[in-house]
Amino acid sequence: MKRLMSGNNAIGEAAVLAGCTCYFGYPITPQNELPEYMAKRLAAVPDGVFIQAESELAAINMVLGASVAGARAMTSSSSPGISLKQEGISFLAAQELPAVIVNMMRGGPGLGNISPAQSDYFQATRGGGHGDYKIIVLAPASVQELADTTALAFDLADMFRTPVMILGDGMLGQMMEPVTFPAKKKERHLAHADYVLTGAKGRPARLVKSLILDPKEAEDHNWKLYRKYQRIEQQEVRYETFMLDDAAMAVLAYGTAARIARGAIKRLREEGLKIGLIRPLTLWPFPNKIIQDTAKHLHDFFVFEMSTGQMVEDVKLALEGKARVHFYGRPGGVVPTPVELSRIISRHYYQSQKRKK
Amino acid sequence: MLIKTIFSGFGGQGVLSMGNTLANAAMLQGKYVTYLPSYGAEVRGGTANCTVAIGDEEIASPVASEPDFVVSMNQPSFLKFQSTLQTGGLILVNSTLVNVAAARGDIEVIEVPTSELAEKLGSIRAANMVMLGAFIKVSNLVSFQLMLKNLPEILGEGKAKLIKINKEALEAGYNYIKE
Repeated sequence: MKRLMSGNNAIGEAAVLAGCTCYFGYPITPQNELPEYMAKRLAAVPDGVFIQAESELAAINMVLGASVAGARAMTSSSSPGISLKQEGISFLAAQELPAVIVNMMRGGPGLGNISPAQSDYFQATRGGGHGDYKIIVLAPASVQELADTTALAFDLADMFRTPVMILGDGMLGQMMEPVTFPAKKKERHLAHADYVLTGAKGRPARLVKSLILDPKEAEDHNWKLYRKYQRIEQQEVRYETFMLDDAAMAVLAYGTAARIARGAIKRLREEGLKIGLIRPLTLWPFPNKIIQDTAKHLHDFFVFEMSTGQMVEDVKLALEGKARVHFYGRPGGVVPTPVELSRIISRHYYQSQKRKK
Repeated sequence: MLIKTIFSGFGGQGVLSMGNTLANAAMLQGKYVTYLPSYGAEVRGGTANCTVAIGDEEIASPVASEPDFVVSMNQPSFLKFQSTLQTGGLILVNSTLVNVAAARGDIEVIEVPTSELAEKLGSIRAANMVMLGAFIKVSNLVSFQLMLKNLPEILGEGKAKLIKINKEALEAGYNYIKE
């Protein structure tokens, strides 16, 4: 059955249906509806735990504690709050603990504002905290996708024993859309549960830590993590394309920006402009291959972000100079309309067509 | 087809639930729909608003920079949102509270004495539903009959006591608008 739900609430329901029993968070707009929903919803779940922590740092470390004890745990925040959680995320990555972190981005830097923005691409995809690590970053673009992505995030976190971030924004969190959920609650299949601390009765004690004083041992640990990240890069890249086959220009955008881009492209197609879309669903691992393959047929890539330009760097890295990269950014919480964006794309399109002649 | 409507008024006038009710009705009729509430740092007594987009295909952006319809329940929101309408756009106002002397010349203004009609029904709090009834008659965005039939589902749990008054209010607004 379809329900009209806000993105924040849909994540909460999807998390509970995915077997999440522990939520820890600290309030910040525009994601407050998620902890509000979890407070009510987890009270009705056997062994459900909801704690409004005293700070973001406390919340992320509670997630760590619940995760190492074998629970499916999540936390959520918005940009400045995620900055605070980065230390804990680094610890989760180092100790190879599954966790789901939701970031409903807002305008920054600093305290910024509460409007939708995409300014946390770097802090999400570059590991964010200290040390050599990466986390899986998922970028849904609708309330239904937020729900589906939440279930996926928990599975990926378990499969690779890694923190996973869902990167949304204020608009996705606040907006209501029809959404359907799986009819049945999913059972958790934890393939490698040999790390979980359950009390060492009848078995040798287990140790989960990130302090490795011996540099050689620490180097081995880093390479082990690196190999895991390579495996993720090989297996878990996800993206979507739209009208790309005959395109002369490819637009790249994710999340809310991709929705706006799709609307703009539909308009431009009606005017006969051959423009397609590549929408990364995983921001890390980044869909390099489809970009490289597309560059064999066309030479103009147009990146649109609600920031001054962050993902555009990954596009340039993927292309290695083999195509021209155009960029349009709207930082600070401004959400342009599809009409506005279509005008900008069309200008770049005609300029590059002219250059070809 | 993609129609975007901004509902606006004082916080507490039921502006958000007006939009929410419409969005739910549209969903039940199998339409694509998005509902976006304003969530700015608002002040008590200030304006609240939400945007509902209803379409036959996927909706790219839930934001309306140039809405097709505006519904204004108070003076400040009337002044704020009439300027966003396209030429020929349509605005419904709560004429009990809104003075339309300052209305733009290139838009159509429909006055509904919303608060007055609601008071006649015995509940000023149903003013938003009176307005929604009038809006549905004017916009024809959703089937009114189907909406009334599904009202318990649309209003959600715990609102059983309010179904009767909401239904009366919707009908009062719907019937106020003449063909």
